[in-house]
Amino acid sequence: MPAAQGRPGPDIASGRLAADDYARNFADLHPPLDAHEALVESDRCYFCYDAPCMNACPTGIDIPLFIREINTGNPLGAAKTIFDENILGGMCARVCPTETLCEEACVRNEAEGEPVKIGLLQRHATDKAMVANAQFYKRAAPTGKRIAVVGAGPAGLACAHRLAVYGHDVVIFDAKPKPGGLNEYGIAAYKTVADFAQAEIDYILSIGGIAIENGKRLGQDFQLADLRRQFDAVFIGIGLAGVNQLHESGEESPGVEDAVEFIAELRQADDLANLKIGRRVAVIGGGMTAIDVAVQSKLLGAEDVTILYRRGKEEMKASEFEQDLAQTKGVTIKHWVRPRKIAVKEGSPVRIECEYTRDEGGRLKATGETFEFEADMVFKAIGQKFEPGPVPGLELVGGRLKVDNERRTSLPGVWAGGDCVHGGQDLTVAAVEDGKRAAESINRALSRQ
Amino acid sequence: MADLRTEFLGIKSPNPFWLASAPPTDKEYNVVRAFKAGWGGVVWKTLGEDPAVVNVNGPRYGAIWGADRRLLGFNNIELITDRPLDVNLREIKKVKREWPDRAVVVSLMVPCEERNWAAILSRVEETDADGVELNFGCPHGMSERGMGSAVGQVPEYIEMVARWCKAHTRMPVIVKLTPNITDIRHPARAAKDGGADAVSLINTINSIVSVDLDTMSPVPSIDGKGTHGGYCGPAVKPIALSMVSEIARDKATRGFPISAIGGVTTWRDAVEFMTLGATTVQVCTAAMTYGFAIVKELISGMSNWMDEKGYRSIDDFVGAAVPNVTDWQFLNLNYIAKAHINQDLCIKCGRCHIVCEDTSHQAITAKKNGNRHFEVIDAECVGCNLCVSVCPVANCITMVEMTSGTDPRTGRKIDRHYANWTTHPNNPNAVKAAE
Repeated sequence: MPAAQGRPGPDIASGRLAADDYARNFADLHPPLDAHEALVESDRCYFCYDAPCMNACPTGIDIPLFIREINTGNPLGAAKTIFDENILGGMCARVCPTETLCEEACVRNEAEGEPVKIGLLQRHATDKAMVANAQFYKRAAPTGKRIAVVGAGPAGLACAHRLAVYGHDVVIFDAKPKPGGLNEYGIAAYKTVADFAQAEIDYILSIGGIAIENGKRLGQDFQLADLRRQFDAVFIGIGLAGVNQLHESGEESPGVEDAVEFIAELRQADDLANLKIGRRVAVIGGGMTAIDVAVQSKLLGAEDVTILYRRGKEEMKASEFEQDLAQTKGVTIKHWVRPRKIAVKEGSPVRIECEYTRDEGGRLKATGETFEFEADMVFKAIGQKFEPGPVPGLELVGGRLKVDNERRTSLPGVWAGGDCVHGGQDLTVAAVEDGKRAAESINRALSRQ
Repeated sequence: MADLRTEFLGIKSPNPFWLASAPPTDKEYNVVRAFKAGWGGVVWKTLGEDPAVVNVNGPRYGAIWGADRRLLGFNNIELITDRPLDVNLREIKKVKREWPDRAVVVSLMVPCEERNWAAILSRVEETDADGVELNFGCPHGMSERGMGSAVGQVPEYIEMVARWCKAHTRMPVIVKLTPNITDIRHPARAAKDGGADAVSLINTINSIVSVDLDTMSPVPSIDGKGTHGGYCGPAVKPIALSMVSEIARDKATRGFPISAIGGVTTWRDAVEFMTLGATTVQVCTAAMTYGFAIVKELISGMSNWMDEKGYRSIDDFVGAAVPNVTDWQFLNLNYIAKAHINQDLCIKCGRCHIVCEDTSHQAITAKKNGNRHFEVIDAECVGCNLCVSVCPVANCITMVEMTSGTDPRTGRKIDRHYANWTTHPNNPNAVKAAE
């Protein structure tokens, strides 16, 4: 790159943009619908029988009903319909890949190729309720039962709320300084502006009966056995603490960073202008995290951002919408490319030796044809993995916790949900459903005692 | 290119699209704009006696909306013109002089005394207007004063006033009827018996469009109170079509000229009224919703339809549907139709299924081989048309006549012979068994 010539080191700097640009770049990705837009959009819903959108929603929200409630000027009724199934309906409205869930199933796709904007309508209703601080749930009479929830992410919060409604007392333990899990530390900043994650937690906790203890890490500050002794039930929602490795040489070098960590840092930054970003950024991976880190690198002022993905467009875990978003923001996506060697020399840009790949009867084959790619910063975004250390004795399947349909683990009195369990979709909305189901199961179990 | 020229009671207009007596025809300014846009004629907003009436100084209109606030029904509590009589007459004369090819009919409403009608008629004649329309229709305000629908609801009054008017003017007399009666044929017959030249219908229908749930006042609300208004717009078209058809097929009034009014919004609405016997149509709400430019669509739509059908003038299709309007008892009970869902057009919303399942005949599947699939079960389908009515996709569900074989619902062979209720064995008053 000509501008970098003559400079010895990698070009990594903070404050690449004017202050206004940061604000503009990290503003709401989908501005909320105003009252008129919500009315027009809600009018498009056909109120389908056995609605495909509802069946596509992991939490089974009665979508036609809440849209009809919006359309008839009853946004609080709509919000309650949403929260009844998904107490984190506000966050899900912002982060759900609706294009592969409810909106993909919308019959309007068949009709005219344009689904009802279900996500934005859900946001409209839930925002109204939260702004009005409308509370829809009252705690049942105290049961005297105490439940420990480990992890204050979407699964844990959903579980805790449902349990609190039933009159149980809940203590949530979380390793991080703030509750929220990926809602607070993981999601791209432009999807959840204005500290929404914390506002939502406050809204959820106002039910009462839920205490949160932050900075407490399972397996370190306390043990699962302690919880089983001290509480009537335990819910594990600890997510994925580990990150996958490339197993290529050089990946542990400085200049090669973990995307998840960077995103967390970005979310917690008081001033984005202080955040350092490379002039040329390479992202290795093909999932949502790859897109999130690539887009946010661009928004922080990186000049060239390239995603290197070893397979094709269709195989990317990131939805088509997310891929389009990246490309609209100026990110280049190189398909059928895998890094073979990452070379970092102190004071130099990172050099990635890449190799082209191709699909041979469903198997990824290296072609032997290589090229060199140079970047100032490299992000690894090749997925996260479950760290089973803190939960000894729990059976695993496919490297994650084994749970049944009610989200019971192999240990009596221990339930689990969210990304840490096997068979999930690694989505906020799926985690909420896990927490909800586990809470129902826990309540049933405790009621029998 | 079809010829849209219209002659109604000897009144000529370049097309059958007139603006009805209402705010759009209240004064020269509006009427000239309408003529410039292409309207064939106007019925000038109803004139009364001086001193002019006054209107409320708050909201006069209310509305019912459909998708995306599309106005479907409209309601008003406005009265007849609130401008001095001589101002209106002066403008009418000027407009007619400047637009000689357009129809200018003047709507009138004065107290039910012969001398009052005689007096105003002679003044209208001086304007060279083409005709008069007697407003026996307005259901609000003026009716409390013994005018408007208060006259239109008493056939004897209609006949009496029509007779006076015919005696006191050489101009054609159109009687505008109120729909707020039980049988439209009676006032129509009275108009004819009184010597009137035509009827126009419908005027507006008594209505309250909504209630303000904060103030508990009917809408439109005047200082916390409301009153019933007159309902019009697309929502009233079916009522108007039926009333027009009743007059068109009544023995006593068959062939009596009709100017149809009631929710005409598109060329298709206009054509439908004309096939049921109207020679001209009058429009108000559509113009008040979209402005005068809609007449261009009315003209081109009707013209293209006529070309497509091979109709050269409007006389070719006026009244064409009247012979097909009949009584229920004469409908062919041997006609069997079944709904058919075009699977290529189906978007799988399932509304046809759920309405049939919940509220009708359980004749549409929800699943086939475990997949979402909506298909008519002929053995259950009575051919009611509910599914067609609720399907969001045009022509996706159609009614298909069975012309041979056996109706799987009844197990009876299809009989192509016509047979109606009058001869049906279940009819206690059957005149004769079917042959």
